[in-house]
Amino acid sequence: MSDSAISTTEHAPEHPPGLQHHFAEMEQQADSAKIGMWAFLVTEVLLFGGLFVGYGIMHARFTEAFASAHHHLDRVMGTLNTVILLTSSWTMVMAVSSARAGKQKNLVRYLTVTLLLAGAFLVVKYLEYSHKFHEGLLPGRFYTYAGPHLPEEFLFFSFYFMMTGLHGLHVLAGMIVISWLLRRAIRGDFSPSYYNPVDMGGLYWHLVDIIWIYLFPLIYLIS
Amino acid sequence: MADVASTSHPMAAGEPAATNYLKAERGFKSWIFTLDHKRIGVMYLWSVLLMFLLGGIFAMLVRLELLTPGKTIMEADTYNRMFTLHGAVMIFLFIIPAIPASLGNFVLPLMLGAKDVAFPRLNLASYWIYVIGAVFGVVAMVTGGVDTGWTFYTPYSTTSSTSVTTMTFAAFVLGFSSIFTGVNFIATIHRLRAPGMTWFKTPLFVWGIYATAIIQVLATPILGITLVLLMMERVFSVGIFDPRLGGDPVLFQHFFWFYSHPAVYIMILPGMAIISEIIPTFSRKNIFGYRAIAYSSVAIAFISFLVWGHHMFVSGQSELASAVFSFLTFLVAIPSGVKVFNWLATMYKGSIDLKAPMLYAIMFLMLFAIGGLTGLFLGALATDIHLHDTYFVVAHFHFVMVGGTVIAFIGGLHYWWPKMFGRMYSEKWARIAAVLIFIGFNVTFLPQFVLGTRGMPRRYYNYLDQFQPLHAFSTVGSWILGLGLFIVLGYLLASLRKRYDAPPNPWGGTTLEWTTSSPPIAHNFEHVPVVTREPYDHSPAPAPAPAGD
Amino acid sequence: MNWLKSILLPAQGTAYAAEHDTFFMFIVALTAFFFLLITALVVFFVWRYRRRGDSPAESQVTHNTRLEIVWSVIPLILVMIIFAWGFHDYMNAYTAPGDALEIQVTAKQWIWQFEYPDGMRTVNEIHVPIGRPVRLVMSSEDVIHSFFVPSFRIKKDVVPGMYTDLWFLPEAEGEHTLFCAEYCGRGHSDMLGKIYVDSEEKFREWQELGDERTRTMPLAELGALLYESRGCSTCHSLDGSRRDGPSFKGVFGHEVKLSDGTTVLADENYIRESILEPQAKIVSSFEGIMPTFQGLLREREVKALIEFVKEQQ
Ligand code: HEA
Ligand code: HEA
Ligand code: HEC
Ligand code: CUA
Ligand SMILES: [Cu+2]
Repeated sequence: MSDSAISTTEHAPEHPPGLQHHFAEMEQQADSAKIGMWAFLVTEVLLFGGLFVGYGIMHARFTEAFASAHHHLDRVMGTLNTVILLTSSWTMVMAVSSARAGKQKNLVRYLTVTLLLAGAFLVVKYLEYSHKFHEGLLPGRFYTYAGPHLPEEFLFFSFYFMMTGLHGLHVLAGMIVISWLLRRAIRGDFSPSYYNPVDMGGLYWHLVDIIWIYLFPLIYLIS
Repeated sequence: MADVASTSHPMAAGEPAATNYLKAERGFKSWIFTLDHKRIGVMYLWSVLLMFLLGGIFAMLVRLELLTPGKTIMEADTYNRMFTLHGAVMIFLFIIPAIPASLGNFVLPLMLGAKDVAFPRLNLASYWIYVIGAVFGVVAMVTGGVDTGWTFYTPYSTTSSTSVTTMTFAAFVLGFSSIFTGVNFIATIHRLRAPGMTWFKTPLFVWGIYATAIIQVLATPILGITLVLLMMERVFSVGIFDPRLGGDPVLFQHFFWFYSHPAVYIMILPGMAIISEIIPTFSRKNIFGYRAIAYSSVAIAFISFLVWGHHMFVSGQSELASAVFSFLTFLVAIPSGVKVFNWLATMYKGSIDLKAPMLYAIMFLMLFAIGGLTGLFLGALATDIHLHDTYFVVAHFHFVMVGGTVIAFIGGLHYWWPKMFGRMYSEKWARIAAVLIFIGFNVTFLPQFVLGTRGMPRRYYNYLDQFQPLHAFSTVGSWILGLGLFIVLGYLLASLRKRYDAPPNPWGGTTLEWTTSSPPIAHNFEHVPVVTREPYDHSPAPAPAPAGD
Repeated sequence: MNWLKSILLPAQGTAYAAEHDTFFMFIVALTAFFFLLITALVVFFVWRYRRRGDSPAESQVTHNTRLEIVWSVIPLILVMIIFAWGFHDYMNAYTAPGDALEIQVTAKQWIWQFEYPDGMRTVNEIHVPIGRPVRLVMSSEDVIHSFFVPSFRIKKDVVPGMYTDLWFLPEAEGEHTLFCAEYCGRGHSDMLGKIYVDSEEKFREWQELGDERTRTMPLAELGALLYESRGCSTCHSLDGSRRDGPSFKGVFGHEVKLSDGTTVLADENYIRESILEPQAKIVSSFEGIMPTFQGLLREREVKALIEFVKEQQ
């Protein structure tokens, strides 16, 4: 920041809409939000990171059981969900760029599609889960699978449900965020000079996707 | 010294300004929904003090029970709950939020010359999440308590029939509060510094809080996921920590300390940050080695992530791992030493005024030195075998946490109290209390080092007769310490009943918070300050302020 | 510094303890030096540079690179010495020599169980011969415990689901206290044990005859103790109910039907034989799964068990 090139009056005469009182200018506000968001995303990565480490350790310890257990997962469903999320990432990118370009209609359209794709992801996940429930492939002490299996296979499902469950919660949170953005977009809150919330929502959504990109090969495609 | 564009202060001592933040709005709602960082800081302050009191009551019961071997006032089961709740309340509800969330919230934006933190709503959310976490903590206490120790080691914690799940959930929720505070401060420090305040013109308190925030953001999620795993283990028996199901109980310790070691620096860095403010002000001297202190905070923050295994030297981890952890532990000690020497050098040829905050700063120097230096015994592999899980460790961490952080916190409270509430407290009582606290503290915890080296294990309800005299000393010391702390609470509260009498800058401080009124106005500054000088520039002839508007 | 050492540390029970204490006192000296230095400087500065009237500071130095390097590098060198020394002693503390007497340790809430190579088992106490290295192979049946003997300066966690080991070379005859140092629940602070370091002869005598207590205890009482500690109770009830083996209730003095169709009177000789050579006569409707206790029980202990069985009428 330069020494004194800045207005020192209490309230700038023109306070653009969307600028909170404690910021001097739009850029400062957007930058702050970005830094804050990135810091938050780091915490999210670390949150999942802990689970990944735990999974990695147990996988190394019971390689055979994990390999055998993962055959119960439906790769087709998993792949379908991967495609769904990747597509939704793309629509999110388009939503942000529409917002930046001030294309109000496109913004609403892309946000809607993203929301629908997120919903589709959860539907697929629901189908997968109910199938597992049915077979008794549940975590920990609720594991009642009757077919032939190695004793430690239940541990795989413990991790399967914890990891996909936590991720699912994030998808759900993402849907709430997108719905909120959608509402504001319809109301016409955003403009090329103020679309920061869309940008931030987008960052969060990409994170949710990226985590899935790591989860998918890790649990569906063990070799 | 930092100059303000316009130096006129409408508020003279004794006359409350109409717009001071305490009076800007009235009513209960104006507090619980406030977005003002100062009010949130004040709410945090009362909350953490309440938790300190609660944790202190548990401590007093622990000490009383230990007055004699066997049963003094309670049974073993009750005792185990007492020390667990004491530890958990003190750590999760008191010391981690204590400085950053209360004093930090209040002072940080003022020091930066900002109107607020970057995300005021997140700030308020952080406070209420803290309250929710505290409520769960209290629920856990009244529904059977917790008897695992604050470290929740598996498999004891997964099999204990006490309210471990609720307490873990409370700690999990509190983690989010801590993360939000950290995220908020990082963004604030990056983007809301006043014009002219470059990184190296930023006060060291800010540097300390910044380093703390980095740890909060990087370490707390790991605690979060660890606690989730623990809860899952209890509810679903997922098997990851349970040896009967193929899991590894020691894995929990790795997860736990990966957070909890950095967490000890979440506790001490803000304390050090306060000391870096108090010493220059009361020595009327520019801080010695500004950059060294600033960098050492950040260095501590990063190295602290690589030493967690020093809590596990006797757990059966590999010798190589132990060696690496020990080595890195010693590296962390160096930046702390650098700070201590810089503070001493700051006092050299100063003009030292032993007002209450400075008394606490000096107490900090001595007590933290003992706490830190005894850390060297624990970081050294051979001696830790003998000392691990004895009272030596208990004494070590009370010296750093109470002698370090709590003393710094109380010092900071005295330093900024006039700023926060616009009132001066009784200097005479402050001195009496400080002396009592110093004596009480040492009588309580010095004997514990000897207990530890002689082989008294910690978390012992019952003990051999040979340890009784030292335990008795320690218990008596805790009464003196408690008395001192109550006196502090007394005269601070008493000062609130007076009229506003604090000048804007009672101590001659040079950082920006002293340029606004006491208490500050709702928007902090009449005019956005412009910074042209170093934060601790005490040279006698300040350069004339550049014209503002 | 010996007076200080004797205040701070318990008596030394092993050669390693002496080694540890030298290192310990080195750190004490080093840290005491730094603490006194800091305190002296604080006190001196506060007195020498106290504010008089409204005086400004005498000087406004802001840094001194040479000084800063000195006070970073010297502590660095010192801590590296501590590190290396500590590591050296740590390896000594944790690497057992090959020829050690090996004792299995099983911890459970809230007792210590020991088993010697010859199968002898003890609870909460062991006897070891002086001057011979002892290696402990430890595991836990429930939660984590920690084996801590202050006078030996050794400690190691005892973890369920895995084995940890620890060793010591006892050098001081007498009694040493064993503590559980890892919090393990209600009885944690009472989970104590005793390690008796005996001379070679005394140790051999103990192996043959048992210790003072078992030697003087009434036979039947000792029998009851052994019934629990030697595992008879897993197969034999006292109330007539059937476990893997016949109940002791009402055995003595009665006719016992054997699997080969003959009967035998259950007198002292029969009981004795059943314990030491269980396969010789198999009780009808039971399988011959009882292990032999030949060599695992002292003569007096066999008598005690017979006495105990006699009492179960
Ligand atoms: C505020 C909190 C805080 C702080 C700052 C520290 C600081 C340090 N701690 Fe401490 N520690 C705890 C809180 C803290 N600790 C807690 C809570 C536990 C126990 C948890 C539990 O089990 O319940 C613990 C336990 C603990 C252990 C594990 C003991 C065991 O269970 O066996 C170890 C081992 O290495 C250790 C080491 C250190 C070291 C080396 C430092 C260093 O950072 C200290 C550095 C400071 C100095 C060295 C002093 C100043 C320097 C000089 C005066 C210069 C001269 C210096 C040299 C010559 C080097 N600590
Ligand atoms: C910040 C952390 C913190 C603080 C401040 C304290 C403070 C104290 N602690 Fe604590 N302690 C821990 C953290 C802390 N402790 C932890 C983590 C453990 C390990 C637990 C475990 O093993 O799981 C522990 C364990 C522990 C033990 C060991 C128990 C055992 O192993 O069996 C003992 C025993 O003496 C003890 C004593 C004390 C005493 C006497 C105080 C005194 O200093 C308390 C004095 C305070 C008061 C009397 C309250 C007064 C307050 C007010 C009046 C409020 C307002 C105040 C102001 C405005 C100033 N503590
Ligand atoms: C593994 C199980 C097991 C253990 C442990 C065991 N026993 Fe037995 N015991 C048996 C069985 C089975 C029989 C019956 C078959 C036989 O006579 O060998 C038996 C028979 C006996 C008999 C004859 C009882 C009768 O009704 O005629 C005596 C006496 C006896 N045991 C004593 C002991 C003593 C003393 C111990 C402990 C020091 C002990 N046992 C430990 C399984 C056990
Ligand atoms: Cu066993 Cu503590
Ligand atoms: Cu640590």
